[in-house]
Amino acid sequence: MGPRERPQFTTMASYILRRVLQGLLVLLAVSFVCFCLFRYTGDPVLMLAGKYATQEEREMVRHAYGLDQPTHIQYIKFLGGALKGEFGKSYVSQVDALDTILERFPATFELALVAILISFAVGVGMGIVVSIWPKGCVSRILMSGSLLGISIPTFLTGILLVMLCSVYLEILPAFGRGDTVQLGPWRTGLLTLDGLKHIILPALTLSSYQLAVMMRLTRAGMREVMGEEYIKTAWAKGLSPAKVILKHALRNVLIPVVTIAGLSFGELIAFSIVTETIFQWPGMGNLLLTSIFETDQPIIVTYIMLTSCIILFINILVDLLYAVLNPKIRYN
Amino acid sequence: MSIDDKNVILEIDGLQTYFYSSEGVAKAVDGASFSLSKGKVLGVVGESGCGKSVTAQSVMRLVPSPPGKIVGGRIMFDGKDLTKLSMAEMRHVRGDRISMIFQEPMTSLNPVFTIGDQLSEMFMLHRGMSRKDALDASVEMLARVQIPAPRARAREYPHQLSGGMRQRAMIAMALSCEPEILIADEPTTALDVTVQAQILDLIIKLKEDFGTAVEMITHDLGVIAETADSVVVMYAGRVVEQADTVELFENTLHPYTRGLLDSTPILGRRTAGKFEKLNEIKGMVPSLYSLPKGCKFQERCPKAMPICSEREPQLTEINDSHAVRCWLHIPH
Repeated sequence: MGPRERPQFTTMASYILRRVLQGLLVLLAVSFVCFCLFRYTGDPVLMLAGKYATQEEREMVRHAYGLDQPTHIQYIKFLGGALKGEFGKSYVSQVDALDTILERFPATFELALVAILISFAVGVGMGIVVSIWPKGCVSRILMSGSLLGISIPTFLTGILLVMLCSVYLEILPAFGRGDTVQLGPWRTGLLTLDGLKHIILPALTLSSYQLAVMMRLTRAGMREVMGEEYIKTAWAKGLSPAKVILKHALRNVLIPVVTIAGLSFGELIAFSIVTETIFQWPGMGNLLLTSIFETDQPIIVTYIMLTSCIILFINILVDLLYAVLNPKIRYN
Repeated sequence: MSIDDKNVILEIDGLQTYFYSSEGVAKAVDGASFSLSKGKVLGVVGESGCGKSVTAQSVMRLVPSPPGKIVGGRIMFDGKDLTKLSMAEMRHVRGDRISMIFQEPMTSLNPVFTIGDQLSEMFMLHRGMSRKDALDASVEMLARVQIPAPRARAREYPHQLSGGMRQRAMIAMALSCEPEILIADEPTTALDVTVQAQILDLIIKLKEDFGTAVEMITHDLGVIAETADSVVVMYAGRVVEQADTVELFENTLHPYTRGLLDSTPILGRRTAGKFEKLNEIKGMVPSLYSLPKGCKFQERCPKAMPICSEREPQLTEINDSHAVRCWLHIPH
């Protein structure tokens, strides 16, 4: 198979390369939007020097930050800085913007990770149950429940969960991240019992929508795949229902489900703002909201650039995963 | 009939398989009876919707339920009535003792598993082999169906094989546990004409090697003439004529069988100067929801008589190798 593998590998590599180049173009566009946001929404000088600065002080600030140079020079400088990961300092805390956000990144990442794992595992599981016993009592409840999951807004889910689990039952904490452990540059809450307890409610809240989507996606996929000829073949081989459903059918159903899960993981990282606010979760979303209130533009711009990168990176990763799951993609 | 009782391996007796829908009850198979002898090939012919595939699915207990249900009759195999077996007992019959190949080799293999995986499953399931031994046995089996470079092919996915190769792989899979019966449901219909003969030759050769009885379901009388020892002609869920192959072709009794034979194109007939139109059976297969009273073929029959619309004829033996369900040949 040696000589056959090389061209296939090349196709895959060139495909990834193409995707990366596309990604860079998207980033360029995003950076331009960010730059405009940075430069033209309000006068940054006013923000930097303060309301009561004199004209001279303002000119000094303008010069010090290079704001007196022509627009295209400023954009190129902005790009140059962005390439080196320099987005300037927070107006508020005077700390490097990227560092400030990266410090918050683990909290958001862990929250999104737990949320996506919950929605994937539970969603796919329920989807299988619903597709096998479509007329059962449990299935009917799950299907109606999934409609709720899709239609109830996140903040309401969050508040309801807090009321139920924290106020009435008093079994789970309602805010914060709990005890954390420092692992090198990464501060994790997943290794302490307290941390785990704290992540349950926000992760459930964040996952509720995705969970319902995954369940419905799995159900639709199962219904389609169970009618396929190769499933008939699998039954004809004498395989048990577990083998037919969990091996032969599920593997085919999972291809689109994993794709959606991967793509929504990026979204969860980027847009967990509401959930983080409800649960006082010390993540990037929470920081973004505060920064918007304070018009802390370097933080906002860095946040947008960073999440764009993350989403693009995850999209490429999902493409690769898709190829692993689907042999047809791998070779064509 | 000339069938020696000792040699009968499968006996279908008065089988009734109905499909229940909002439009009513479709009696897909209604009182079909025939038997299969050890190591022989039985051809089952008829137009689409005549119940030939549903009969086969009933034997495998693969009728989709709901809406389908075996409501009457017996399917005797090895002293047991297959219609009475539990699903767990049935799983030991499927694949191991009775196996099946389907029309569409493109879709009847699972696209996300390698050929080797799918074959190995048979050996692991029914022979309790380890993964490694099963793979070796699979490669051996692929070699027996004359697939070149079987070890490399075992590592490939279905879409990497041609239609003919896929059908060979299906045959290898179906015969891997040396079943007593192979049901081939239109095994060559979806293949190129040049490949069809190869696949038929292969099935016949392996049948000899393994001593397997074959139920060859087809609408192509050419396939029957090439392969079958005896023939069952089905129409509207019933057996309308049953005979040894030579007897059937030389002494065709039922007008429906006659019609099928006459509508088979004969190569060179047009070039011989006689621009006859191809004969066809007039009319359409009647809807299973509204079958006529009396003989089900009367509306399309060129030789219909008054009695045909009054009473349905029974399958009646004409001589010891020929039975027919037609008032033309039954005293009344």
